[in-house]
Amino acid sequence: MKSPVSWRRLCALCRKETRQILRDPSSGIIAFALPMALLVIFGYGLNLDASRIRLGLLDEDGGSDAAAFGQQLTGSPYFKITPSHQRAHLDHLLAAGDIRGYVALAADFSKALDQPGATAPVQLITDGTEPNTANLVSGYVSTTWRQWQINRARDRGIDASLPVDFRPRQWFNAAAESRHYLIPGSITIIMTVIGAMLTSLVVAREWERGTMEALLASPVTRTELLLSKLLPYYALGLFSMTIIVASSVLVLGVPFRGSLLVLFLVTTVFLLSVLGVGLLISTKLRSQFNSAQMALNVAFLPAVMLSGAFFEIASMPAPVRAITYLFPPRYFVNSLQTLFLAGDVWSVLLPNVAILALTGAMLLTLVARSTTRRLDG
Amino acid sequence: MNTLRRIFALFRKELQIILSDSQSRKLVILPVLLQTLLFPFAATLEVKNNTLAIYNEDGGQASVEISQRLAQASAFTEVLTLTAEPQVAATLDAQKAIAIVRFPQDFSRKVILGEPAPIQLVLDGRRSNSSQIAAGYIQEIANGYFTERAIAAGQPPLSELVIRHRYNPNLNYRWFIMPSLIGIIQTISALILTALSVAREREQGTFDQLLVSPLTPTMILLGKSLSALAVGLFHATAIIMAAVLFYRVPLEGSLVLVYGAVLLYFAALVGFGLLISAVCSTQQQAFLGAFAFMMPAILLSGFAAPVENMPAWLQTLNWANPIRHFLVISKGLFLKDATPAFVFLHAVPLALIACCTLGLALLIFRRRFG
Repeated sequence: MKSPVSWRRLCALCRKETRQILRDPSSGIIAFALPMALLVIFGYGLNLDASRIRLGLLDEDGGSDAAAFGQQLTGSPYFKITPSHQRAHLDHLLAAGDIRGYVALAADFSKALDQPGATAPVQLITDGTEPNTANLVSGYVSTTWRQWQINRARDRGIDASLPVDFRPRQWFNAAAESRHYLIPGSITIIMTVIGAMLTSLVVAREWERGTMEALLASPVTRTELLLSKLLPYYALGLFSMTIIVASSVLVLGVPFRGSLLVLFLVTTVFLLSVLGVGLLISTKLRSQFNSAQMALNVAFLPAVMLSGAFFEIASMPAPVRAITYLFPPRYFVNSLQTLFLAGDVWSVLLPNVAILALTGAMLLTLVARSTTRRLDG
Repeated sequence: MNTLRRIFALFRKELQIILSDSQSRKLVILPVLLQTLLFPFAATLEVKNNTLAIYNEDGGQASVEISQRLAQASAFTEVLTLTAEPQVAATLDAQKAIAIVRFPQDFSRKVILGEPAPIQLVLDGRRSNSSQIAAGYIQEIANGYFTERAIAAGQPPLSELVIRHRYNPNLNYRWFIMPSLIGIIQTISALILTALSVAREREQGTFDQLLVSPLTPTMILLGKSLSALAVGLFHATAIIMAAVLFYRVPLEGSLVLVYGAVLLYFAALVGFGLLISAVCSTQQQAFLGAFAFMMPAILLSGFAAPVENMPAWLQTLNWANPIRHFLVISKGLFLKDATPAFVFLHAVPLALIACCTLGLALLIFRRRFG
């Protein structure tokens, strides 16, 4: 019986595929330039930890207590304060998006403070069109407001320290920098792009240009054909991964607490599964135009929306949460966040690796079975 | 007259290519359906249904009461009870809980004595944004407990903070996502359809056939753009309808202005699509080129993180990003009842981008094929 793989033929096919990759400047863009651009965007551009929120301050009271509160806000490093005496003006700024909220102190603010038994209201209006920022504004203003209460009481010789003393600690990410958890997510997106986008076109291109017929007429076996489409893109993915991880750690200062060997293992199984998705699409659709759109929808968008890279999976409704399990990126994001920030936590990593390996094997088997050696398949 | 007829013939041919083949017809309809049904539920920065762990070394009345209140919060559907110190690290490592609340032994005693009683919060920094929001909820609940205690003891608080979220009172994330999604799905249809369809003609050699017909390069580009616009308008209408009818996002502003903005936005996107196809000779290059533009543009549009948090140089660069301007208009029209003046202000950069990209693409095509 003849072996299904002839090394000589496989090497020749791989060489051909590699040349095709290297010849086209667009693969250089996707494997090197785009990852670099995205790292810069994720590292410096995307920041959920708002600093210097633009906040309006409406002081209708004009008393010394209101002024003290205003000073407390102005002194906070979290805000850039726009003071005003007209509510209409601040409403206008809020509508235009020039401020993200304003604090209003009513005309009877000082009076209510001095009156025993009365409660002086402080109003905060936020811009609800940016829900995340609105939440942050509420949090920061609450903290400042509490601190102001304590200071005011202390100035009058009363001990008004809060009854409860919170000691929050972020494990794995002490400064709670959003960059540290966004980078693993962005690596997943980049790897999906390299693995699925590029390969979604390659087999379809052979069919479109008619070169598939030439290949089929040659003694090349199905396994050889598949491996020749798999190996060069796997190598390209690993190459990109090395550059991305190195620059994340060395340039962006993201900690890496796991071991490189485990990272290599996780990357390998993830690449196999996304390469499987890409190859399956282009084998089934046989048209680059349609494959490209399909890859965008089943590989790229899920990697952004359903992977946990930006959006917390636990917060999604149960049916959507169930759907996230169907797409490989979820397992990779989770593994990378753990490897980068926590370390080799096997109870998290092992199930992820197992599922990715299984998905990869399943998809590649499907690809192999769809790769018919017939023109009318 | 002849010009119009010719453009229309090309427009019809383009639509036929998209709609005649069942595979590509499905690719026009299904993704939008999926995206409108799935993504608004997925894209949320809210914290809901999470698991919280409580390690109560105290067991006194105050800590038990606070624990019960935490268990009832909608942010935490499941509460794990830890009984020993090593479980804290193990629970967080394995991501079994987003946060761990720890009451030290003397918590209730300090509460009774009126001393500041410490609550320790251990948060999962792998999800630092969510865990910070969760920490906010926990603090709010504990503070609420102490405020009620003070009122019961006859000590009303000095001051009270009343928070109102304007335009979106419940901070419903879907109200933020749907107006943004119109822009994002348009990006995909506009760029892929224009950049890829021109590149396909060039790769397959049919572009040359078009050139020897009475069509001028301008007419060819116009025909391609109009057919992409037809698909784009279909997508936009589907999402607007889903937003208003299904997700109940209020459409405060005028629908006419929404469509006006969509048209202008589409022109800017098509400009980028044609520009990419002008410099690419194969579908792979066009697709990857479109992608290399689309992905940074979407990420920097304010959809993933606020534009105002970006460094100044990136904000400047972002002026050339049509998605960013469209999102401001779209959210303004949907939620803020934006005035025509507001829309106009943000439409000017869109119009400028459209003029530059369309003009440049036309110039390149004319020089090369004219």
